[in-house]
Amino acid sequence: MPRSQVPVVVTGLGASTPVGGDAASTWDSLLAGRSGVRPLTEEWVADSPVRIGAPVAVDPSEVLPRVQARRLDRSAQIALIAAREAWADSGLEGKASETGIDPDRLGVVCASGIGGLHTLLGNYDQLLAHGSRKVSPLAIPMLMPNSPAANVGLELQARAGVHTPVSACSSGSEAIAYGLDMIRSGRADIVVAGGTEAVIHPLPIAAFANMMALSKRDDDPTAVSRPFDKDRDGFVLGEGGALFVLESAEHAEARGARVYVELAGAGMSSDAHHIAQPEPDGIGVMAATRKALDDGGLQPNDVAHINCHATSTPVGDAAEALALRKVFGDAISGIPVTAPKSMIGHLLGGAGAVEAMATVLTLHHGLVPPTINLDHLDEQIGLDVVHDGPRKLGNGSIAALNNAFGFGGHNVVLAFRRP
Amino acid sequence: MASNEEILTGLAEIVNEITGVPAADVQLDKSFTDDLDIDSLSMIEVVVGAEEKFGVKIPEDEVKNLATVGDAVTYIKNASPEA
Repeated sequence: MPRSQVPVVVTGLGASTPVGGDAASTWDSLLAGRSGVRPLTEEWVADSPVRIGAPVAVDPSEVLPRVQARRLDRSAQIALIAAREAWADSGLEGKASETGIDPDRLGVVCASGIGGLHTLLGNYDQLLAHGSRKVSPLAIPMLMPNSPAANVGLELQARAGVHTPVSACSSGSEAIAYGLDMIRSGRADIVVAGGTEAVIHPLPIAAFANMMALSKRDDDPTAVSRPFDKDRDGFVLGEGGALFVLESAEHAEARGARVYVELAGAGMSSDAHHIAQPEPDGIGVMAATRKALDDGGLQPNDVAHINCHATSTPVGDAAEALALRKVFGDAISGIPVTAPKSMIGHLLGGAGAVEAMATVLTLHHGLVPPTINLDHLDEQIGLDVVHDGPRKLGNGSIAALNNAFGFGGHNVVLAFRRP
Repeated sequence: MASNEEILTGLAEIVNEITGVPAADVQLDKSFTDDLDIDSLSMIEVVVGAEEKFGVKIPEDEVKNLATVGDAVTYIKNASPEA
Protein backbone atom coordinates (compact mmCIF):
# COMPACT_ATOMS: atom_id res chain seq x y z
CA MET A 1 0.00 0.00 0.00
CA PRO A 2 1.45 3.40 -0.86
CA ARG A 3 2.23 5.57 2.12
CA SER A 4 0.20 8.58 1.14
CA GLN A 5 -0.65 9.42 4.72
CA VAL A 6 0.58 12.31 6.79
CA PRO A 7 3.73 11.25 8.70
CA VAL A 8 3.10 11.16 12.46
CA VAL A 9 5.78 11.44 15.14
CA VAL A 10 6.03 10.92 18.89
CA THR A 11 7.07 14.13 20.65
CA GLY A 12 6.18 13.47 24.29
CA LEU A 13 5.92 10.57 26.75
CA GLY A 14 4.51 10.26 30.25
CA ALA A 15 3.82 7.30 32.51
CA SER A 16 3.04 5.98 35.94
CA THR A 17 3.92 2.30 36.28
CA PRO A 18 4.77 -0.40 38.82
CA VAL A 19 8.47 0.37 38.33
CA GLY A 20 8.44 4.15 38.23
CA GLY A 21 6.37 7.28 38.81
CA ASP A 22 7.34 8.70 35.42
CA ALA A 23 8.69 7.70 32.02
CA ALA A 24 12.38 8.12 32.85
CA SER A 25 12.35 6.09 36.06
CA THR A 26 10.24 3.41 34.37
CA TRP A 27 12.78 3.18 31.57
CA ASP A 28 15.70 2.99 34.00
CA SER A 29 13.98 0.18 35.93
CA LEU A 30 13.23 -1.78 32.75
CA LEU A 31 16.86 -1.54 31.65
CA ALA A 32 18.02 -2.62 35.11
CA GLY A 33 15.63 -5.59 35.15
CA ARG A 34 13.88 -4.42 38.33
CA SER A 35 10.56 -6.04 39.11
CA GLY A 36 7.53 -4.10 40.37
CA VAL A 37 5.72 -7.23 41.55
CA ARG A 38 5.29 -7.44 45.31
CA PRO A 39 3.10 -8.89 48.05
CA LEU A 40 -0.22 -7.07 48.35
CA THR A 41 -0.92 -5.78 51.85
CA GLU A 42 -4.62 -4.88 51.77
CA GLU A 43 -6.90 -6.58 54.31
CA TRP A 44 -8.85 -8.49 51.66
CA VAL A 45 -5.69 -10.29 50.54
CA ALA A 46 -6.12 -12.86 53.31
CA ASP A 47 -9.12 -14.38 51.46
CA SER A 48 -7.75 -13.89 47.94
CA PRO A 49 -6.62 -16.75 45.71
CA VAL A 50 -3.68 -14.52 44.65
CA ARG A 51 -1.72 -12.35 47.08
CA ILE A 52 0.75 -10.59 44.80
CA GLY A 53 0.43 -7.81 42.26
CA ALA A 54 2.22 -4.89 40.66
CA PRO A 55 0.76 -1.63 42.03
CA VAL A 56 2.07 1.66 40.69
CA ALA A 57 5.38 2.64 42.28
CA VAL A 58 4.11 6.10 43.25
CA ASP A 59 0.59 6.55 44.66
CA PRO A 60 -1.15 8.91 42.19
CA SER A 61 -3.43 10.30 44.90
CA GLU A 62 -0.34 11.73 46.57
CA VAL A 63 0.92 13.38 43.39
CA LEU A 64 -2.28 15.26 42.56
CA PRO A 65 -3.78 18.01 44.73
CA ARG A 66 -6.07 16.40 47.34
CA VAL A 67 -9.32 17.87 46.05
CA GLN A 68 -8.57 16.85 42.47
CA ALA A 69 -7.54 13.34 43.52
CA ARG A 70 -10.83 12.71 45.38
CA ARG A 71 -12.85 13.59 42.27
CA LEU A 72 -11.01 11.06 40.07
CA ASP A 73 -10.96 7.29 40.03
CA ARG A 74 -7.45 5.90 40.47
CA SER A 75 -7.33 5.01 36.76
CA ALA A 76 -8.03 8.65 35.82
CA GLN A 77 -5.51 9.90 38.37
CA ILE A 78 -2.84 7.82 36.63
CA ALA A 79 -3.89 9.11 33.20
CA LEU A 80 -3.84 12.73 34.29
CA ILE A 81 -0.36 12.41 35.78
CA ALA A 82 0.93 10.71 32.63
CA ALA A 83 -0.74 13.30 30.38
CA ARG A 84 0.82 16.20 32.28
CA GLU A 85 4.24 14.61 31.99
CA ALA A 86 3.86 13.84 28.28
CA TRP A 87 2.59 17.34 27.55
CA ALA A 88 5.53 18.94 29.36
CA ASP A 89 7.93 16.43 27.79
CA SER A 90 6.84 17.60 24.36
CA GLY A 91 7.68 21.17 25.32
CA LEU A 92 4.12 22.34 26.00
CA GLU A 93 2.85 24.12 29.08
CA GLY A 94 -0.68 24.83 30.28
CA LYS A 95 -3.91 24.61 28.31
CA ALA A 96 -3.71 24.39 24.53
CA SER A 97 -4.61 28.04 23.93
CA GLU A 98 -2.01 29.17 26.47
CA THR A 99 0.80 27.25 24.79
CA GLY A 100 0.15 28.11 21.15
CA ILE A 101 -1.81 24.96 20.23
CA ASP A 102 -5.16 25.35 18.47
CA PRO A 103 -7.68 23.61 20.80
CA ASP A 104 -9.82 22.68 17.78
CA ARG A 105 -6.84 20.72 16.39
CA LEU A 106 -6.02 18.89 19.65
CA GLY A 107 -7.52 15.46 20.37
CA VAL A 108 -7.32 12.93 23.19
CA VAL A 109 -7.66 9.15 22.90
CA CYS A 110 -7.24 7.47 26.27
CA ALA A 111 -8.27 3.88 26.73
CA SER A 112 -9.23 1.78 29.69
CA GLY A 113 -10.12 -1.88 29.54
CA ILE A 114 -12.42 -1.93 32.57
CA GLY A 115 -12.94 1.66 33.72
CA GLY A 116 -13.45 3.10 37.20
CA LEU A 117 -13.84 -0.16 39.05
CA HIS A 118 -12.75 1.14 42.46
CA THR A 119 -15.38 3.89 42.23
CA LEU A 120 -18.09 1.52 41.03
CA LEU A 121 -17.54 -1.13 43.67
CA GLY A 122 -16.73 1.35 46.43
CA ASN A 123 -20.04 3.14 45.87
CA TYR A 124 -21.89 -0.16 45.70
CA ASP A 125 -20.44 -1.06 49.09
CA GLN A 126 -21.69 2.31 50.41
CA LEU A 127 -25.13 1.69 48.92
CA LEU A 128 -25.44 -1.71 50.57
CA ALA A 129 -24.10 -0.53 53.90
CA HIS A 130 -25.67 2.94 54.25
CA GLY A 131 -28.34 3.35 51.56
CA SER A 132 -28.70 5.38 48.40
CA ARG A 133 -27.95 8.77 49.97
CA LYS A 134 -24.33 7.70 50.46
CA VAL A 135 -23.74 7.09 46.74
CA SER A 136 -21.53 9.91 45.50
CA PRO A 137 -23.00 12.37 43.01
CA LEU A 138 -19.62 12.06 41.30
CA ALA A 139 -19.83 8.27 40.96
CA ILE A 140 -20.87 8.26 37.30
CA PRO A 141 -18.34 10.82 36.04
CA MET A 142 -15.70 8.92 38.00
CA LEU A 143 -16.55 5.36 36.95
CA MET A 144 -17.37 5.85 33.26
CA PRO A 145 -14.61 4.36 31.09
CA ASN A 146 -14.19 7.64 29.20
CA SER A 147 -13.46 9.51 32.42
CA PRO A 148 -9.65 9.41 32.01
CA ALA A 149 -9.91 10.68 28.41
CA ALA A 150 -12.45 13.33 29.37
CA ASN A 151 -10.35 14.60 32.26
CA VAL A 152 -7.20 14.78 30.12
CA GLY A 153 -9.24 16.64 27.50
CA LEU A 154 -10.52 19.10 30.12
CA GLU A 155 -7.05 19.64 31.50
CA LEU A 156 -5.44 20.32 28.11
CA GLN A 157 -8.45 21.99 26.43
CA ALA A 158 -8.85 19.43 23.64
CA ARG A 159 -11.72 20.21 21.26
CA ALA A 160 -10.97 18.03 18.23
CA GLY A 161 -12.55 15.04 19.96
CA VAL A 162 -11.99 12.94 23.07
CA HIS A 163 -12.29 9.19 22.59
CA THR A 164 -12.05 5.93 24.54
CA PRO A 165 -11.48 2.68 22.67
CA VAL A 166 -12.20 -0.39 24.76
CA SER A 167 -10.61 -3.64 23.66
CA ALA A 168 -9.51 -5.29 26.90
CA CYS A 169 -5.73 -5.67 27.07
CA SER A 170 -5.06 -4.14 23.67
CA SER A 171 -6.97 -0.93 24.55
CA GLY A 172 -3.88 1.20 25.20
CA SER A 173 -2.32 0.30 21.86
CA GLU A 174 -5.63 0.73 20.06
CA ALA A 175 -5.84 4.26 21.47
CA ILE A 176 -2.45 5.08 19.95
CA ALA A 177 -3.60 3.60 16.62
CA TYR A 178 -6.74 5.80 16.74
CA GLY A 179 -4.59 8.81 17.53
CA LEU A 180 -2.58 8.03 14.41
CA ASP A 181 -5.81 7.85 12.39
CA MET A 182 -7.06 11.16 13.77
CA ILE A 183 -3.95 12.94 12.58
CA ARG A 184 -3.71 11.14 9.24
CA SER A 185 -7.33 11.85 8.44
CA GLY A 186 -6.84 15.54 9.12
CA ARG A 187 -9.11 15.69 12.17
CA ALA A 188 -6.28 16.83 14.46
CA ASP A 189 -2.68 18.04 14.33
CA ILE A 190 -1.81 16.76 17.77
CA VAL A 191 -3.32 13.95 19.84
CA VAL A 192 -2.57 12.86 23.40
CA ALA A 193 -3.07 9.08 23.27
CA GLY A 194 -2.53 6.05 25.47
CA GLY A 195 -4.15 3.95 28.14
CA THR A 196 -4.62 3.48 31.85
CA GLU A 197 -5.93 0.90 34.29
CA ALA A 198 -6.16 0.47 38.06
CA VAL A 199 -8.10 -2.61 39.12
CA ILE A 200 -6.03 -4.28 41.80
CA HIS A 201 -9.14 -5.24 43.74
CA PRO A 202 -10.40 -8.58 45.08
CA LEU A 203 -13.15 -8.92 42.46
CA PRO A 204 -11.04 -8.86 39.26
CA ILE A 205 -8.32 -10.88 40.97
CA ALA A 206 -10.84 -13.58 41.88
CA ALA A 207 -12.34 -13.43 38.38
CA PHE A 208 -9.02 -13.66 36.54
CA ALA A 209 -7.86 -16.38 38.93
CA ASN A 210 -11.04 -18.38 38.29
CA MET A 211 -10.35 -18.10 34.56
CA MET A 212 -6.97 -19.73 35.29
CA ALA A 213 -5.30 -16.63 33.81
CA LEU A 214 -3.30 -15.59 36.88
CA SER A 215 -0.31 -17.31 38.34
CA LYS A 216 -1.19 -18.43 41.85
CA ARG A 217 2.39 -18.70 43.02
CA ASP A 218 3.26 -16.27 45.76
CA ASP A 219 6.43 -17.66 47.29
CA ASP A 220 8.78 -15.30 45.41
CA PRO A 221 6.80 -12.36 43.91
CA THR A 222 9.50 -11.01 41.62
CA ALA A 223 9.93 -14.43 40.00
CA VAL A 224 6.26 -15.13 39.21
CA SER A 225 5.85 -13.25 35.91
CA ARG A 226 8.03 -15.29 33.52
CA PRO A 227 7.10 -14.76 29.85
CA PHE A 228 8.50 -17.41 27.48
CA ASP A 229 9.99 -19.42 30.35
CA LYS A 230 9.02 -23.08 30.36
CA ASP A 231 7.77 -22.74 33.95
CA ARG A 232 5.37 -19.84 33.22
CA ASP A 233 1.89 -20.40 34.61
CA GLY A 234 -0.08 -17.17 34.23
CA PHE A 235 0.11 -13.41 34.53
CA VAL A 236 0.45 -11.02 37.46
CA LEU A 237 -2.09 -8.20 37.68
CA GLY A 238 -0.56 -4.73 37.62
CA GLU A 239 -1.80 -1.15 37.36
CA GLY A 240 -0.54 1.92 35.54
CA GLY A 241 -0.64 3.74 32.27
CA ALA A 242 1.19 5.85 29.74
CA LEU A 243 0.27 8.64 27.38
CA PHE A 244 1.97 9.80 24.20
CA VAL A 245 1.95 13.15 22.47
CA LEU A 246 1.45 12.25 18.80
CA GLU A 247 1.83 14.97 16.24
CA SER A 248 1.92 15.39 12.49
CA ALA A 249 5.57 15.65 11.50
CA GLU A 250 4.79 18.99 9.90
CA HIS A 251 3.24 20.40 13.07
CA ALA A 252 6.11 19.12 15.20
CA GLU A 253 8.68 20.62 12.87
CA ALA A 254 6.90 23.97 12.73
CA ARG A 255 7.12 24.37 16.51
CA GLY A 256 10.61 22.91 16.74
CA ALA A 257 9.56 19.93 18.85
CA ARG A 258 11.98 17.15 19.75
CA VAL A 259 11.02 13.93 17.96
CA TYR A 260 11.56 10.51 19.60
CA VAL A 261 10.53 8.36 16.65
CA GLU A 262 7.96 8.15 13.87
CA LEU A 263 4.76 6.20 14.53
CA ALA A 264 4.98 4.58 11.12
CA GLY A 265 1.86 2.45 11.17
CA ALA A 266 -0.65 0.30 12.98
CA GLY A 267 -2.24 -3.04 12.25
CA MET A 268 -5.44 -4.31 13.82
CA SER A 269 -7.25 -7.60 13.42
CA SER A 270 -9.70 -9.79 15.31
CA ASP A 271 -9.52 -13.53 15.85
CA ALA A 272 -13.24 -14.38 15.66
CA HIS A 273 -12.24 -17.52 17.51
CA HIS A 274 -12.94 -17.45 21.28
CA ILE A 275 -13.87 -14.82 23.86
CA ALA A 276 -10.80 -15.40 26.03
CA GLN A 277 -8.33 -17.66 24.22
CA PRO A 278 -5.96 -16.75 21.41
CA GLU A 279 -6.44 -18.37 18.03
CA PRO A 280 -3.83 -21.17 18.38
CA ASP A 281 -2.41 -20.96 14.85
CA GLY A 282 -1.62 -17.28 15.29
CA ILE A 283 -3.68 -16.24 12.24
CA GLY A 284 -5.05 -13.06 13.82
CA VAL A 285 -1.67 -11.95 15.14
CA MET A 286 -0.05 -12.62 11.76
CA ALA A 287 -2.69 -10.50 10.06
CA ALA A 288 -2.21 -7.59 12.46
CA THR A 289 1.57 -7.79 12.08
CA ARG A 290 1.41 -7.77 8.29
CA LYS A 291 -1.06 -4.88 8.33
CA ALA A 292 1.23 -2.87 10.60
CA LEU A 293 4.18 -3.45 8.27
CA ASP A 294 2.14 -2.53 5.18
CA ASP A 295 0.63 0.50 6.88
CA GLY A 296 4.07 1.69 7.87
CA GLY A 297 5.61 1.09 4.45
CA LEU A 298 7.98 -1.40 6.07
CA GLN A 299 9.52 -4.67 4.93
CA PRO A 300 10.03 -7.48 7.44
CA ASN A 301 13.80 -6.92 7.27
CA ASP A 302 13.37 -3.31 8.48
CA VAL A 303 12.25 -4.69 11.87
CA ALA A 304 15.12 -4.68 14.35
CA HIS A 305 13.15 -5.36 17.52
CA ILE A 306 9.78 -6.64 18.75
CA ASN A 307 8.25 -5.77 22.12
CA CYS A 308 6.00 -8.74 22.77
CA HIS A 309 2.62 -8.90 24.50
CA ALA A 310 3.78 -12.09 26.25
CA THR A 311 1.62 -12.21 29.35
CA SER A 312 3.34 -15.29 30.80
CA THR A 313 0.38 -17.60 30.15
CA PRO A 314 1.33 -20.97 28.62
CA VAL A 315 -1.01 -20.72 25.60
CA GLY A 316 -0.77 -16.99 24.88
CA ASP A 317 3.02 -16.79 24.73
CA ALA A 318 3.19 -19.86 22.48
CA ALA A 319 0.60 -18.47 20.04
CA GLU A 320 2.34 -15.11 19.79
CA ALA A 321 5.72 -16.73 19.19
CA LEU A 322 4.26 -19.01 16.53
CA ALA A 323 2.73 -16.03 14.71
CA LEU A 324 6.04 -14.16 14.74
CA ARG A 325 7.94 -17.21 13.43
CA LYS A 326 5.42 -17.50 10.61
CA VAL A 327 5.55 -13.82 9.62
CA PHE A 328 9.33 -13.43 9.75
CA GLY A 329 10.41 -16.99 8.87
CA ASP A 330 14.05 -17.83 9.58
CA ALA A 331 14.83 -14.12 9.99
CA ILE A 332 13.07 -14.17 13.39
CA SER A 333 16.21 -15.65 14.95
CA GLY A 334 18.01 -12.36 14.27
CA ILE A 335 15.34 -10.09 15.80
CA PRO A 336 15.79 -9.48 19.54
CA VAL A 337 12.48 -9.51 21.40
CA THR A 338 11.56 -8.57 24.95
CA ALA A 339 8.61 -8.92 27.33
CA PRO A 340 8.16 -6.06 29.84
CA LYS A 341 5.40 -7.92 31.69
CA SER A 342 8.19 -9.94 33.31
CA MET A 343 8.82 -6.79 35.40
CA ILE A 344 5.59 -4.76 35.41
CA GLY A 345 2.98 -7.51 35.28
CA HIS A 346 -0.11 -7.05 33.13
CA LEU A 347 -1.58 -3.54 33.16
CA LEU A 348 -4.66 -4.54 31.09
CA GLY A 349 -5.85 -1.31 29.40
CA GLY A 350 -2.57 0.37 30.34
CA ALA A 351 -0.37 -2.45 29.05
CA GLY A 352 -0.21 -1.57 25.36
CA ALA A 353 0.56 2.08 26.06
CA VAL A 354 3.30 1.44 28.63
CA GLU A 355 4.90 -1.23 26.48
CA ALA A 356 4.62 0.93 23.36
CA MET A 357 6.47 3.59 25.35
CA ALA A 358 9.20 1.04 26.12
CA THR A 359 9.36 0.29 22.38
CA VAL A 360 9.77 3.99 21.53
CA LEU A 361 12.53 4.40 24.12
CA THR A 362 14.23 1.22 22.88
CA LEU A 363 14.55 2.78 19.42
CA HIS A 364 15.40 6.20 20.82
CA HIS A 365 18.19 4.97 23.10
CA GLY A 366 19.25 1.96 20.99
CA LEU A 367 18.87 -0.43 23.94
CA VAL A 368 16.53 -3.40 24.32
CA PRO A 369 15.49 -3.95 27.95
CA PRO A 370 15.85 -7.51 29.22
CA THR A 371 13.10 -10.02 29.98
CA ILE A 372 13.64 -11.20 33.53
CA ASN A 373 12.89 -14.65 34.96
CA LEU A 374 13.86 -16.36 31.73
CA ASP A 375 15.69 -19.25 33.37
CA HIS A 376 14.77 -21.90 30.79
CA LEU A 377 13.43 -20.66 27.47
CA ASP A 378 10.49 -22.87 26.45
CA GLU A 379 11.76 -24.82 23.43
CA GLN A 380 8.47 -24.18 21.62
CA ILE A 381 9.06 -20.43 21.56
CA GLY A 382 11.96 -20.19 19.13
CA LEU A 383 12.59 -16.45 19.63
CA ASP A 384 15.74 -14.53 20.54
CA VAL A 385 14.51 -13.25 23.90
CA VAL A 386 16.87 -10.66 25.40
CA HIS A 387 17.73 -11.52 29.01
CA ASP A 388 20.70 -11.10 31.34
CA GLY A 389 20.78 -7.33 30.80
CA PRO A 390 19.99 -4.89 28.00
CA ARG A 391 21.17 -5.41 24.45
CA LYS A 392 22.36 -2.73 22.04
CA LEU A 393 20.47 -2.12 18.81
CA GLY A 394 22.16 -1.15 15.56
CA ASN A 395 22.29 2.40 14.20
CA GLY A 396 20.38 3.89 11.30
CA SER A 397 16.79 3.79 10.15
CA ILE A 398 15.27 0.78 11.83
CA ALA A 399 11.81 -0.17 12.96
CA ALA A 400 10.36 -1.84 16.04
CA LEU A 401 6.97 -3.43 16.65
CA ASN A 402 4.83 -3.46 19.77
CA ASN A 403 2.24 -6.19 20.20
CA ALA A 404 -0.92 -6.06 22.30
CA PHE A 405 -3.78 -8.55 22.34
CA GLY A 406 -7.01 -8.57 24.30
CA PHE A 407 -9.81 -10.85 25.47
CA GLY A 408 -12.36 -10.83 22.68
CA GLY A 409 -9.69 -11.66 20.14
CA HIS A 410 -8.40 -8.12 19.57
CA ASN A 411 -4.92 -7.83 18.05
CA VAL A 412 -3.06 -4.53 17.75
CA VAL A 413 0.46 -4.12 16.41
CA LEU A 414 2.13 -0.71 16.35
CA ALA A 415 5.14 0.00 14.12
CA PHE A 416 7.65 2.67 15.14
CA ARG A 417 10.60 3.78 13.04
CA ARG A 418 13.74 5.70 13.81
CA PRO A 419 14.21 8.27 11.03
CA MET B 1 -26.65 21.20 70.58
CA ALA B 2 -24.33 22.94 68.20
CA SER B 3 -24.10 26.75 68.22
CA ASN B 4 -24.17 28.78 65.01
CA GLU B 5 -20.43 29.22 65.39
CA GLU B 6 -19.88 25.45 65.66
CA ILE B 7 -22.07 24.78 62.65
CA LEU B 8 -20.13 27.34 60.59
CA THR B 9 -16.83 25.76 61.61
CA GLY B 10 -18.09 22.28 60.78
CA LEU B 11 -19.47 23.40 57.44
CA ALA B 12 -16.20 25.14 56.59
CA GLU B 13 -14.33 21.88 57.26
CA ILE B 14 -16.67 19.99 54.92
CA VAL B 15 -16.36 22.59 52.17
CA ASN B 16 -12.59 22.56 52.50
CA GLU B 17 -12.44 18.76 52.31
CA ILE B 18 -14.61 18.65 49.18
CA THR B 19 -13.51 21.73 47.26
CA GLY B 20 -10.17 22.79 48.67
CA VAL B 21 -11.52 26.28 49.47
CA PRO B 22 -9.68 27.47 52.64
CA ALA B 23 -11.94 27.06 55.68
CA ALA B 24 -11.35 30.69 56.63
CA ASP B 25 -13.01 31.80 53.38
CA VAL B 26 -16.25 30.06 54.27
CA GLN B 27 -18.18 32.96 55.85
CA LEU B 28 -21.89 33.46 56.52
CA ASP B 29 -22.38 35.97 53.70
CA LYS B 30 -20.65 33.87 51.02
CA SER B 31 -22.67 32.42 48.16
CA PHE B 32 -21.90 28.74 47.51
CA THR B 33 -21.93 29.16 43.72
CA ASP B 34 -20.79 32.75 43.16
CA ASP B 35 -18.18 33.14 45.91
CA LEU B 36 -17.02 29.61 46.69
CA ASP B 37 -17.34 28.21 43.14
CA ILE B 38 -19.16 25.08 44.31
CA ASP B 39 -20.94 23.33 41.43
CA SER B 40 -24.17 21.35 41.76
CA LEU B 41 -22.38 18.00 42.19
CA SER B 42 -20.10 19.30 44.92
CA MET B 43 -23.09 20.98 46.61
CA ILE B 44 -24.74 17.55 46.96
CA GLU B 45 -21.52 16.29 48.54
CA VAL B 46 -21.53 19.23 50.96
CA VAL B 47 -25.16 18.55 51.88
CA VAL B 48 -24.56 14.84 52.50
CA GLY B 49 -21.48 15.73 54.57
CA ALA B 50 -23.53 18.19 56.61
CA GLU B 51 -26.34 15.69 57.15
CA GLU B 52 -23.84 13.23 58.53
CA LYS B 53 -21.95 15.69 60.68
CA PHE B 54 -24.97 17.41 62.25
CA GLY B 55 -27.45 14.54 62.26
CA VAL B 56 -30.04 16.45 60.20
CA LYS B 57 -32.01 15.81 57.01
CA ILE B 58 -31.73 18.33 54.19
CA PRO B 59 -34.33 17.37 51.56
CA GLU B 60 -33.36 17.78 47.91
CA ASP B 61 -36.05 20.45 47.45
CA GLU B 62 -34.47 22.49 50.19
CA VAL B 63 -30.97 22.54 48.70
CA LYS B 64 -31.86 25.19 46.12
CA ASN B 65 -32.85 27.57 48.92
CA LEU B 66 -29.41 27.35 50.51
CA ALA B 67 -27.77 30.11 48.50
CA THR B 68 -25.34 31.31 51.13
CA VAL B 69 -23.37 29.68 53.89
CA GLY B 70 -25.57 31.64 56.33
CA ASP B 71 -28.68 30.03 54.81
CA ALA B 72 -27.18 26.60 55.42
CA VAL B 73 -26.16 27.40 58.99
CA THR B 74 -29.68 28.66 59.79
CA TYR B 75 -31.31 25.64 58.18
CA ILE B 76 -29.07 23.18 60.00
CA LYS B 77 -29.62 25.00 63.30
CA ASN B 78 -33.41 24.86 62.90
CA ALA B 79 -33.39 21.27 61.69
CA SER B 80 -31.19 20.03 64.51
CA PRO B 81 -32.85 17.34 66.60
CA GLU B 82 -32.79 19.34 69.84
CA ALA B 83 -34.01 22.57 68.22
